[in-house]
Amino acid sequence: MTVVTDTVTDTDVVSRSVSRNRLVLRRFLSQRLAVAGVVVVLLLIALAYLGPIFYPWKYDQLDFQAFQSPPSPAHWFGTYQTGGDVFARTLRGLQKSLVIGLLGALFSTALAAAAGAFAGYFRGATDTVVRVVTDLMLVLPGFLIIAIFSSALRDGSWLLFIVLLAGFQWMITARVVRGLTQSLREREFVQAARFMGVPGWKIILRHILPNMASLLIIDATVGVSSIILAEVGLSFFGFGVQPPDVSLGTLIADGAGAALTNWWQFDFVAGVLVLLVLAVNLVGDGLRDALDPNSEIEGAK
Amino acid sequence: MGKFLLHRVGYLVLLAMVATVVAYLLAATQLHPRSRYEGRNPAPAEAVVDQRLTELNMNDKTPLVERFGTWAKGVAHGDLGKTVDGESVNTEMSRRMWVSLRLMLIGSILGTLLGVVAGAYGAIKQRKWSDQTLTVISFVLLSVPTVVLAVLVKNAGIWFNQVSGNESTPLLFTTGEITPGMDTWSWAGIGDRVGHLVLPTIVLAIGVNGFAFYSRYQRNSMLDVLGSDFLRTAQAKGLRRWSALTRHGLRTALIPMATFFSYQFALLFVGATFTEKIFGWHGMGEYFVDSITKNDTNSTAGVTLFVAVLVLIAGLLSDVVYAALDPRVRAS
Amino acid sequence: MVAPVPAPGPAGSRESDGVEPLLRVEDLSVTFRSGAGPVTAVRGISYDVRPGEVLGIVGESGSGKSVSSLAVMGLLPGTATITGSATFQGRQLLGLGDKQISRIRGSRLAMVFQDPLSALTPVYTVGDQIAETIRVHQGLRRDAARERAIELLDLVGIPNPRQRSKSFPHEFSGGMRQRVMIAMAIANDPALIIADEPTTALDVTIQAQILEVLQTAREVTGAAIIMITHDLGVIAGFADRMMVMYAGRVVESGVVETVYQQPRMPYTMGLLGSIPRLDAGERQALTPIEGVPPSMVSLPVGCPFAPRCPMRIDSCEQTEPALLGVVSDDAGHLAACHRSEEIARDGLTNTDVFVATTVPEAPPAARLPREQRPVVLEVRDLVKEYPLTTGGLLRRKAGSLQAVAGVSFDIREGETLGLVGESGCGKTTTIMEILELAKPTSGTIAVLGKDTAAMSGKERFAIRRDLQVVFQDPMASLDPRLPVSDILAEPMITHGVPAAERDRRIRDLLRLVGLRPEHADRYPAKFSGGQRQRIGIARALALEPKVLVLDEPVSALDVSIQAGVINLLDRLKAELGLSYLFVAHDLSVVRHIADRVAVMYLGRIVEIGTADQVFENPTHPYTQALLSAIPLPDPVKERSRRRILLTGDLPSAANPPSGCRFRTRCSTFAHQLDDDRRRRCLDESPELTGAETTGEDHEVACHYPAPAAVI
Repeated sequence: MTVVTDTVTDTDVVSRSVSRNRLVLRRFLSQRLAVAGVVVVLLLIALAYLGPIFYPWKYDQLDFQAFQSPPSPAHWFGTYQTGGDVFARTLRGLQKSLVIGLLGALFSTALAAAAGAFAGYFRGATDTVVRVVTDLMLVLPGFLIIAIFSSALRDGSWLLFIVLLAGFQWMITARVVRGLTQSLREREFVQAARFMGVPGWKIILRHILPNMASLLIIDATVGVSSIILAEVGLSFFGFGVQPPDVSLGTLIADGAGAALTNWWQFDFVAGVLVLLVLAVNLVGDGLRDALDPNSEIEGAK
Repeated sequence: MGKFLLHRVGYLVLLAMVATVVAYLLAATQLHPRSRYEGRNPAPAEAVVDQRLTELNMNDKTPLVERFGTWAKGVAHGDLGKTVDGESVNTEMSRRMWVSLRLMLIGSILGTLLGVVAGAYGAIKQRKWSDQTLTVISFVLLSVPTVVLAVLVKNAGIWFNQVSGNESTPLLFTTGEITPGMDTWSWAGIGDRVGHLVLPTIVLAIGVNGFAFYSRYQRNSMLDVLGSDFLRTAQAKGLRRWSALTRHGLRTALIPMATFFSYQFALLFVGATFTEKIFGWHGMGEYFVDSITKNDTNSTAGVTLFVAVLVLIAGLLSDVVYAALDPRVRAS
Repeated sequence: MVAPVPAPGPAGSRESDGVEPLLRVEDLSVTFRSGAGPVTAVRGISYDVRPGEVLGIVGESGSGKSVSSLAVMGLLPGTATITGSATFQGRQLLGLGDKQISRIRGSRLAMVFQDPLSALTPVYTVGDQIAETIRVHQGLRRDAARERAIELLDLVGIPNPRQRSKSFPHEFSGGMRQRVMIAMAIANDPALIIADEPTTALDVTIQAQILEVLQTAREVTGAAIIMITHDLGVIAGFADRMMVMYAGRVVESGVVETVYQQPRMPYTMGLLGSIPRLDAGERQALTPIEGVPPSMVSLPVGCPFAPRCPMRIDSCEQTEPALLGVVSDDAGHLAACHRSEEIARDGLTNTDVFVATTVPEAPPAARLPREQRPVVLEVRDLVKEYPLTTGGLLRRKAGSLQAVAGVSFDIREGETLGLVGESGCGKTTTIMEILELAKPTSGTIAVLGKDTAAMSGKERFAIRRDLQVVFQDPMASLDPRLPVSDILAEPMITHGVPAAERDRRIRDLLRLVGLRPEHADRYPAKFSGGQRQRIGIARALALEPKVLVLDEPVSALDVSIQAGVINLLDRLKAELGLSYLFVAHDLSVVRHIADRVAVMYLGRIVEIGTADQVFENPTHPYTQALLSAIPLPDPVKERSRRRILLTGDLPSAANPPSGCRFRTRCSTFAHQLDDDRRRRCLDESPELTGAETTGEDHEVACHYPAPAAVI
């Protein structure tokens, strides 16, 4: 019996083992819009955190020389009725919205992965419990429930707000994860692990979740934009981020009434918001094409 | 089959009940109807406030269990209680749901149709300029929050009225669903309604729940079908590309959309919070927000029940639509 | 995308016997764009199809055999660049517009695809789909087309065609769906039918039925057929002429008998020698072709087969040989090999060219008589029931399905039991029950003498060391995200093998299965199918088990690769004294590897005994039908065989027939028994008995057994 080897020499080993990552990267970089999305997101993050260092006005500072003034070299985005600087507040709001979006998406995806994978792998009672909870959460109007908590949020606990946002976002993904887990569970490499005696939780961590990494990455990215949008909606009615904190949502709410007369109080914030969400969506779409060229439609039940 | 359906409906009813109870308990503990009377001048006597709140079953001095019992008893008899203003929640909702329907019907249908057509067309023309243009448009629209879109459309309407020189007798109205005092059933009344409907309809049709959403999903679903073997078979037996794509491709690509169609349809009654608020329509969406801002416990619970029931109906509807579209589901 | 080049005139070597070819393909090339660069899947092939003949195209996956036909049909995606020429009935097909090609497709030129489930539109009834084909070309009215569709369904052997025409594709079995595809293909009386692996997804008995239907279709329409397949047995029985493809080229072509008897290209020779054969009495050694087919992205300059060819000489690596006639053979036998004249002159055969491995000697333990060896796995009256439930939150039992209905066998040390049967027979359920090590619905499973029902969790964990599994699909059985070293270490970590020993053992294991220790750092995606299967085997051996369950371990591999893995399994068993439970649907492979064979049908074992007994003296009518359905890769034998065709499909296990489960498809029951004797089959389920037969280790579950040689 001779040894069967292919013609690959050992120098190829390293280059080929990173080839998947490289291929994904190349596929991603070939999409101009997605790359633009990454650049815009990075620029916005830099702007949000570095901008305030260089900009003379602070978000809680009032300029009593300039009430309701249009954009000028002194106040790039103009000022509010009280003399607050629109640009400084926009940066401040951008910071908060970014944090809310990123953390919220992380929570929600982690929750979805855990719930879906355990339900799909262990089936039986675990599955039933997760299913009932998922169904119940889908039936509850998230907007209303979070709004009920708005008075509790007044104590400044925006972390609770993020948990609430994430808590109403994970269900559909959990269902997708559950379905994928069920099919992965029957895959032979998982069965092989089971038949050698590897415990269930270890199989989930080692074999199941890593094999849906693409789905989870994409879900988290798309989750960022939907959490940011949810925050805007809630804050618009005063149910979200509470003063003295500002977010893009509260700024939109502040500016909406004046949008026709004092356009700078609305248009700039709205522009930054749309730009951020658009950029994140483009990144998500680019990731989907790069990681998962034959992906199923996500979210379809 | 009948037994199975009964079983499922039972489960759904249970879910709706639990959701409503959860909402009631949260609202009853987190909302403070008493605060409505606190800022008043002259301050009403505490006894008067207590009496008023007790009438509404919202007195925080009554133990929660007792309040819940009273409310639950009412709900069991089909009475969802009173709003903070002393109206019946039932009456309020049965009036508002039709307002929401009138607002949303045309916009939703328009948005869905446009989205499906654009999505399927984009998939067929994948990577051509027409697809890329559609993709960019839908991406931008998907990134504009309804709040921002509604404000922009509203302002565009006001601007249009200004330029067209009929600010006093506008063609496009930005508030409400009909000019007060107008007779609904006259030609003028219908025209007036249409004038009120144009702007919010635009928002609903092109926004994140309309065109933007459906064009993305329909495109994905169509792309999945485009690579499938049966399309190849259809062409192999002599169908022209276009008829293979529509007769076999689009027909099959509509199946995954069943869920979205059903939810869209059932939730027409739930209304559109942002659009209603910004264009001043007094539908269910507005009620959502008002029930919280007015610290209205019973309305909050009522709205939750209403939404829960509609979501569940949507779920059942989606099963039916699935079965109608897909014979594979019908069998099982 | 299509750029037809001016026809270069018929190749000089091609025979011209005066008959105008129906389809003439000349210098056809197909190139796809890919991330890694352009891939030329078909590289300048030329062939003729004459009216009414059957041309077989054989090749392994990636050889370009399907792509070339799709190119002719104009069904390749727009990303493909097609050059060359394809003249059908005097008309150039390449470069035709959608409108013109649509008139030809489905009327004069029809196609049958491999997977009939995905190839039929799920939302329309089969009757409507056939009627559509007719209406597109003949402009018939809707009801007239429907009537014609029903006639066609009847023609292809669908019972109750009127009623069944209203069914949807998912309500049909695989074989039935393929019949529908054929009905669709012949609906407009085509001159040429291209059948692309029409039986690959089907069980052998169903394959035999479908080949029969294709034969009927051919007789009815008089159409020529291009039969694309990887199965040399199918070609042997069905085709008049054949061509062998490798790496996008035709490497050998000619009349079927000639190619099988005097292959002149080493690849063809290797292919024929690497198939385990049902008709080989004693164990023959298989001759695997070393290495793997080349990547189509970066083909070597010379002959693409050279790296794997034992006969290669320097010129093989410099110039690619042209497809030329072999001087000493009959006209029309072409081969693309620099040394084909030599092969013809010296009359070289497979064993002269390829190194035949010797069949390893049995380990000492296995040389003892069977009764004296210890039982390592014992299954008694195993029953596995699945509850049929209604959906909803609280699942309710609506009935039950017996996937396994009382199965008994044992495996003794050092022996291989082949468990065979078609899909749905319960063989997979049986091994899953064994591997779960749980208490079965009823009956007992004992591994190394320990009853699984009575095991504690600890014992169960411990026994997993001795019972390991190798799965069918080498793509799916290795976690793509882990390097090979981690994959091999997993069982050892789980069972507490110290780290230092693990590393040593991983190296040993890789060597043992014919890989190199350096391979440990690579990811599964870097290996070919055969190599991956070797890794799967190495993982199964990591804990030095006593029993290996092999679930279709070679059925996902190409034939040229299959032989190497089978030889490895043979060797490991001899060296390590393993016992195998070998599950397969391919009886030829089982014939080669198994000591004893159990044949399953609908949850029961119908025949069990030594391999020689079962294969040479099959006694159960099902075993006989199964064996007779397997095509032999030998045109002479294949064409003279009598085939026992089974009627219909496998009954549902949820509602099995009363009495003997096989009686609904049994030809003995249908044709040879009178009503009195039938009663017994209807009422009484036959038990396995050996009394009626002469063999010692041979039991059959049939009331009226009658041995018959069918190979």
